Amino acid sequence: MKNIRWRILLIAVVIGLSIWSFYPPEQKVKLGLDLKGGVHLVLRVHTDDALRVETETTVERLRESLQRAGVQFAKAEVVSPTEFRVEGIQDDAGFRAAAADAETTYDRSSDAGGYTYRMKPNIEIQLRDQTVTQALETIERRVNELGVAEPVVARYSGADQILVQLPGVEDVRRAKEIIRSTAQLKLTLVEQGPFTTREAALQAYNNNVPSDIEILPGRQEGTGTAGTAGTVFYAVRRAAAVTGRDLRNAQQSLDEFNRPAVQFSLKQDAAARFGNFTQANIGRPMAIVLDNRVMSVATIQSRITDSGQITGISREEMLDTVITLKSGALPASMDYLEERTVGPSLGAESIRAGFFSSLAGLGFVVLFMVFYYKLTGFNAVISIVTNLIILLGLMAFMGSVMTLPGIAGFILTIGMGVDSNVLIFERIREELATGRGVRAAVNAGFDRVWWTIVDTHVSSLIAALLLLQFGTSTIRGFAVTLIIGLLSNVFTAVFVSRTAFELVLSRRQTAAQTLSI
Amino acid sequence: MQLLKNPNFDFLRWKWQAIALSVVVILAGLGMIATTGLPLGIDFSGGTLIVVQFEQPVTEEQVRNAVDPLPGEEVVQQYGEAAERRILIRLPQVEEAVEGNSLEQASASVEAALQKAGLPKFAIVNRELVSAVIGRDLQLRGIYAMVASLAAITIYIGIRFRFSFAVGAIVATFHDVLVTLAFLKFFDYELSLNVVAAILTITGYSVNDTIVIFDRVRENLRARRREPLDKVVNESVNQTLSRTIITAGTTFLAVLAIFLFGGEALAGFSFTMLVGIVSGTYSTIFIASALAIILSGAKARTAAATASSGDAVQSGRKQKRARAS
Repeated sequence: MKNIRWRILLIAVVIGLSIWSFYPPEQKVKLGLDLKGGVHLVLRVHTDDALRVETETTVERLRESLQRAGVQFAKAEVVSPTEFRVEGIQDDAGFRAAAADAETTYDRSSDAGGYTYRMKPNIEIQLRDQTVTQALETIERRVNELGVAEPVVARYSGADQILVQLPGVEDVRRAKEIIRSTAQLKLTLVEQGPFTTREAALQAYNNNVPSDIEILPGRQEGTGTAGTAGTVFYAVRRAAAVTGRDLRNAQQSLDEFNRPAVQFSLKQDAAARFGNFTQANIGRPMAIVLDNRVMSVATIQSRITDSGQITGISREEMLDTVITLKSGALPASMDYLEERTVGPSLGAESIRAGFFSSLAGLGFVVLFMVFYYKLTGFNAVISIVTNLIILLGLMAFMGSVMTLPGIAGFILTIGMGVDSNVLIFERIREELATGRGVRAAVNAGFDRVWWTIVDTHVSSLIAALLLLQFGTSTIRGFAVTLIIGLLSNVFTAVFVSRTAFELVLSRRQTAAQTLSI
Repeated sequence: MQLLKNPNFDFLRWKWQAIALSVVVILAGLGMIATTGLPLGIDFSGGTLIVVQFEQPVTEEQVRNAVDPLPGEEVVQQYGEAAERRILIRLPQVEEAVEGNSLEQASASVEAALQKAGLPKFAIVNRELVSAVIGRDLQLRGIYAMVASLAAITIYIGIRFRFSFAVGAIVATFHDVLVTLAFLKFFDYELSLNVVAAILTITGYSVNDTIVIFDRVRENLRARRREPLDKVVNESVNQTLSRTIITAGTTFLAVLAIFLFGGEALAGFSFTMLVGIVSGTYSTIFIASALAIILSGAKARTAAATASSGDAVQSGRKQKRARAS
């Protein structure tokens, strides 16, 4: 008798904790995108971009140190995102000394024409990984700026893939724009320009633009705000003196004519580099390039160390630029590999349909069990309902997400509950048929079936665990529901149901002769 | 109330007919899949899928005409009830464009085409854009999950039961997967991620049924060593028949509720489950035990021989004690 009290207490505590954990459900149970509405995005980070920037910067620095050392060379150019080539070196020893810096991150191989430098494999892997991590952190900050509740930003299956889930977002297009805008800032020298057309710019190089120069569009200086401004073209150095990665902060400000501007400051090491760069190029025009568009061009007046200003922009542009620059530039461009958008109305319908069909399934099972097993059927109903309560409670507690297939998981959990109970009840009936007493039959029923229940649950668990590897949240939701449901079913079908039996049997004064089964 | 009072059907008598029937269904299904392919859902093939809700009723024909000029072969069909005025439009994966918003292009062109055709106002309620990269990735994962799950279950059953039983159980599970695929093909359902999830669930479920019978066989073998194996197996199938039918029946009806009321999104999922449940029950009764007997048949005709062969694994404390005594 005492034993039963403890069992009932334990069950009551479990049920109480579960209800406390998921009540009120509309606040505590997290809904997946397919039920709540929202967007699931998978982005691919073009890590090559970041590698190319690194290689370009290295080549640029090498050129400078060669110049400083007075070493003559014919050509130094980027061949691929991870390779560059130097040809026509006059003074090999002098070159090797000047290139020592580059050789910490690049492997050198020599041939007849010159040297080819290839990024060291471990550095390449590290840099790619760093790029994805940086992109992820940047996206996280931007998503927070968007004000989305409970967003998910995580690495996805491929090494260069990022998963972004934004529940409840309705303006998907805007969200996608903001996430993807690279906000790649670049301060670089203007070689020639402005030209009025791209053709004119190309003409200046006889249609043969050197690999270290690129033609970028920009706004005509002195014309009004964006949109009305005429477009001009500049030939600028590909290798940047400073990139978005070097940025420490960006904030709203005004230029000397009280027009909107963005003030930015540089990190310490970048500031030193920028100081040298500006000192060496006093009197030359420098462009501030944002996402491959020249925002403004100014002549370098003096050595600049740690700050700069983007001018000639509209108020809206200023606000957007501050947000994107502040959240950090993306270290590389990205594209979307997958997008799944569910409108909130469709989600609400799915909830209704899922809820209704679960209820229909549960109602049917309850009726059947009570009809078929009479009073004992209530034991099954108690254990199945307890199972659902624990399942909901654990899901809310673990913060796992309820999805449409997850609702199907609830129904399958009901099925598992029925299975275990039927297994036990049928066994008890058989034992009764052989003429055993009620208590002996109940004990035998539970004992004999225990290992069968373990076996069936383990094999179902194996299948459910393998479902977890699908990154899609809907399938994960299903798998998690199944797994929790299976585990708690072992508790409810065996422990709870047995306690219910014991309770009924212990209430009788004399040894029980009959069982309503 | 009792569904079956002491059933005593000779299931094993029908084993060859049952195996023949299964082989025919599976071969027909695989044949059709081999010739015309298994329709892959957007999850695996990549492409664009849009569900559009119109303010005024439109026919599939009107929408089809509107999107017809777009490249590739479009699929246009009503989504859900006619009264909801929803149309599903699916475009195949086009060549992977170089850069930029390539993923959105197909979707944007559909919107433009619908607007140009002068159809009533519409809103997009659901949009899925999947690139070929993701499609291939999910295909690999799907295959891996399938293989790994079958392998892991085989190993588990191999540990818990003797080898011939493990083979019987796993062949029955393969059987269910193949029959389910055949029926998906017969009824022209697409293989989507949800369907694969359902198939994986079926593998777990199908093994469950088989385990219940095999557990009973094992238990019976210990008590009745002198009887022929096939007789013991047949009796075990009969003893667990009520449970098999009740469990399968209730689960079937519960899943039927999803199939009927769960909406379009779960239709493929619940259809797969329904086929799997029926096939699982059938294969448990007719295929798994028949195979187990056929496989042990050559070596051991009687229960005595198999039970004493030592590889009948003990389960549970009770049985261990029984063996020890």
